[in-house]
Amino acid sequence: MTVDLLERPQAGIDEEQVFVTLTVADQLCGVPVLCVRDILGEQTITRIPLAPPEVAGSLNLRGRIVTAIDLRRRLRLAPPQAGTPRMSVVTEQGGELYALLVDQVSEVMSLKAGAFEHNPPTLSPEWSQFSAGVYRLDEQLLVVLDVGRLLALSNAG
Amino acid sequence: MDELLAEFLTETNESLAELDVALLKLERTPDDHDTLSFIFRLVHTIKGTCGFLGLPRLEHVAHAAENVLGKVRDGSLPAEPNTISIVLTALDRVKAIVTGLAATGAEPAGDDQALIAALDAVAAGEPPPSPVGRDNVPTGLAEGTPCEPAPPLETEASPPAATSPVFAPQPAAAPLAEPAVAAQTIRVTVEVLEDLMTLVSELVLTRNQLLQLARSQETSDFAAPLQRLSHITSDLQEGVMKTRMQPIGNAWNKLPRIVRDLSHEMGKKIELVMLGADTELDRQVLELIKDPLTHMVRNSADHGLEATADRRAAGKPETGRIALNAFHEGGHIIIEVSDDGRGLPVDRIRAKVLANGLATEAELASMTDAQIQRFIFRAGFSTASTVTAVSGRGVGMDVVKTNIEKIGGSIELKSEPGRGTTFTIKIPLTLAIISALIVAAAGERFAIPQISVVELVRANRRADGANPVIERINDTPVLRLRDRLLPLVNLNDLLALGATTQETGGAHIVVAQIGAAMLGIIVDRVFDTEEIVVKPVAPILRHITMFSGNTILGDGSVIMILDPNGIARATGIGASGESKAVGAAAADGSRSGDRTAMLLFRAGGPQPLAVPLGLVARLEDIPRETVEASCGAPVTQYRGRLMPLVPMSGSVDITAPRQPVLVFADGDRTMGLMVDEIVDVIEDRLHIELSAARPGLLGTAVIGGRATDVIDTGYWLEQAWRDWFRGKPKQEGARLRRVLVVEDSDFFRQLLLPTLGAAGYEVVGAASAAVALRLRDAGATFDAIVSDICMPDMDGIAFARIVRESGAWARLPLIALSGNAEPQDVEAGRDAGFTDFVAKFQREALLASLQQCLAEPVAA
Repeated sequence: MTVDLLERPQAGIDEEQVFVTLTVADQLCGVPVLCVRDILGEQTITRIPLAPPEVAGSLNLRGRIVTAIDLRRRLRLAPPQAGTPRMSVVTEQGGELYALLVDQVSEVMSLKAGAFEHNPPTLSPEWSQFSAGVYRLDEQLLVVLDVGRLLALSNAG
Repeated sequence: MDELLAEFLTETNESLAELDVALLKLERTPDDHDTLSFIFRLVHTIKGTCGFLGLPRLEHVAHAAENVLGKVRDGSLPAEPNTISIVLTALDRVKAIVTGLAATGAEPAGDDQALIAALDAVAAGEPPPSPVGRDNVPTGLAEGTPCEPAPPLETEASPPAATSPVFAPQPAAAPLAEPAVAAQTIRVTVEVLEDLMTLVSELVLTRNQLLQLARSQETSDFAAPLQRLSHITSDLQEGVMKTRMQPIGNAWNKLPRIVRDLSHEMGKKIELVMLGADTELDRQVLELIKDPLTHMVRNSADHGLEATADRRAAGKPETGRIALNAFHEGGHIIIEVSDDGRGLPVDRIRAKVLANGLATEAELASMTDAQIQRFIFRAGFSTASTVTAVSGRGVGMDVVKTNIEKIGGSIELKSEPGRGTTFTIKIPLTLAIISALIVAAAGERFAIPQISVVELVRANRRADGANPVIERINDTPVLRLRDRLLPLVNLNDLLALGATTQETGGAHIVVAQIGAAMLGIIVDRVFDTEEIVVKPVAPILRHITMFSGNTILGDGSVIMILDPNGIARATGIGASGESKAVGAAAADGSRSGDRTAMLLFRAGGPQPLAVPLGLVARLEDIPRETVEASCGAPVTQYRGRLMPLVPMSGSVDITAPRQPVLVFADGDRTMGLMVDEIVDVIEDRLHIELSAARPGLLGTAVIGGRATDVIDTGYWLEQAWRDWFRGKPKQEGARLRRVLVVEDSDFFRQLLLPTLGAAGYEVVGAASAAVALRLRDAGATFDAIVSDICMPDMDGIAFARIVRESGAWARLPLIALSGNAEPQDVEAGRDAGFTDFVAKFQREALLASLQQCLAEPVAA
């Protein structure tokens, strides 16, 4: 659904889309609010041996097992300082729940399509493959994360 | 609808289901008076109630059927298949009418005169009007367009008369579902059940938290009510879990009737064996596999089993056998459908593949037989040369495969020419409750399905005299467990948990049964067993074969469930592509082939040598200086006695500080075989392909993908003790006991003959059941027979039946040798007439069994 909405950013510059904003390694990012099922604080995460490195483990969300993906590792960023509490954005794909581990979840924002830009071609591939575009905010830039691609972990791990 | 009528419908439906079963039983045992009276009573009750409720059609049909049964009961009419068929036909009509009745509240219109006339004719002792006997067996088989995939065989849904030119057509109301009939049950969508399940899980977690809180307060008014809440929650959880589970027998209950009708239609004798009918699985899955299973059973009956004459010619029992076997294995349900028929004809499949352009000749040339056989799962494939009503419509196995894969399952096949075909369906459970052992390694907890756990052993990593010690061959850990070597894997290493492997201290070993193989899993701690709900892992983790799922424990934490099969594959035990999941020998329903644990070692050259692990008593690694000489021959002091050492290769490297030795033991006598290096223990099929060119070797086999020489232990034992096989005091009395050994494997025969000979028996070997039977017919006499179970052409079970049936050997003690003696195999063996069951290689057990069998006076 992300892609769907972003493919027609010119449909009207006043059209608004709502994002849950989050930070990972000080970069502001956004996930379309409709993708988000839950926001969780620090959770107990069970490690999954032999899993791809991006998979942080699994956690229990009210009786459902959620696979946690570490966004920092997915974006090839340095691990956070030990002991820093992290938050999770829970999304659903193909009937399965996934939690994206992020540094901080901030607020829900309504953004005008007029502020949307495609990825700058110079963006590093680690980011451009997961970014669906950029919003120009007053203070900073917001990277729209493509949840589908973030979750498309190759089995080769 | 009238309450009285509703009650009648429910009751009648129950009676009808019981009648089906009882009639088939009666057909097999026509003299069974109890069954007959039971049937008569049921039909009589139906008739009586119909009259009371004013249902003339039902009453007349039931009355006519009752007449026939009455004649059978008082003996004026034999309970032969034709009679049973006509009664079954009548019951089908009753079912159709009852269905219509349930739908509309009134008897559907229709004419039963032809049927009643046929019943009356039979009752009067006349042969039934020609087509009634067989063609009208209303199975729905003749229905459907030629390309209908796996036509359903619901007799209720397809009124019998629709296929029958003799009887009047049924009213249209009949095919409707059975609303009032099922008044005892209600339909609930799966989502509702899923939601309930989730809610209950949450409730359990909350309960656990409360209990934790309550524990910290010593005296609390909450304690008692909380305890009650806890119990109720547990019951609720159990109840909700149960709602989704159904025994697989529910999907099978129509099969006996189908097979019975098929066997009549095709003139074959077929026996249907159903094992594990109480294996529970998700009811949604159950519904989805019903049709594929039915189709496969019909395929087995039609294509798989030969005609009676062909079977006789092939030396098989006339009655073909179709076996269904269901069981849990590592979070999956395994359903095996096997027959002891002709097997899949590779040549015909190959020809058909070429003709249909599914593969080129070059591609086919590089394929194994198993790969070629898998073509039957491709769309548009059927080998039946004639299209029968039963199968062979050009659809079938591909539809079966698609249906099974739709629910996330897989299907494998194994076929041996002349011995039959086994299909193995593996269905993952979306929701299955299993009992699991919780263990920990490197601080992480894991669940191991209890079903594969045989025992727990506590062992030390360093010798301290008290507990067993984990020993290492090269770097491979092994454990001596009751005089057998148990291969071990370290869970920490296996899962790359990253903890430094401990060198000292205690360890727990979970001994797991994987197929026929045993494997010890080294863990740090063992907790409790818990009932867990298996949940599939996320798709991005499905490639990790070590896990069969994950679950949430009572304390709310997520835990991975280990898959012993995956572990075995990862460690090379029981691995080898196509054959891995379907180790089932088609004919006897046993679940493992002739896989044997082999000890690989090297001596006097780079190429590996092998010996069956079961023959090796112990492995020793002795310091060089303890090798002494006695009369020029090397010996060592072993457990307070001198043990002769025999160099396997001509020259022994006397510079090496330590000497690996394979110890063979027989009673109080031991012998050590000096080798260069002990390499590995692997499990493989032992098939000697080349016979040996030099003494001391039996021949060469492919083990673990490499050509490996298998040593002749008998030869080496004689090197140590000239009289190894002659040392036993001969039996008292003049005559030696004669034993016949029926065993297809040259290797085992060569092993058994000297062993038994050494024990004082006169032994004759036969390479197949047919050879043995020729000996019988030639008048050879024996005191006992030892027979393998898994043999080509005629297996041990069939052999035992024939021996028991008649002839001079009918009363001889029969001892079965089996690679694995599982309870159902033992039972099948005993049914066939075997006196005793001994696992292969259990030399002592075999000798003990023989002694016992021969000591008892042979039944005169």
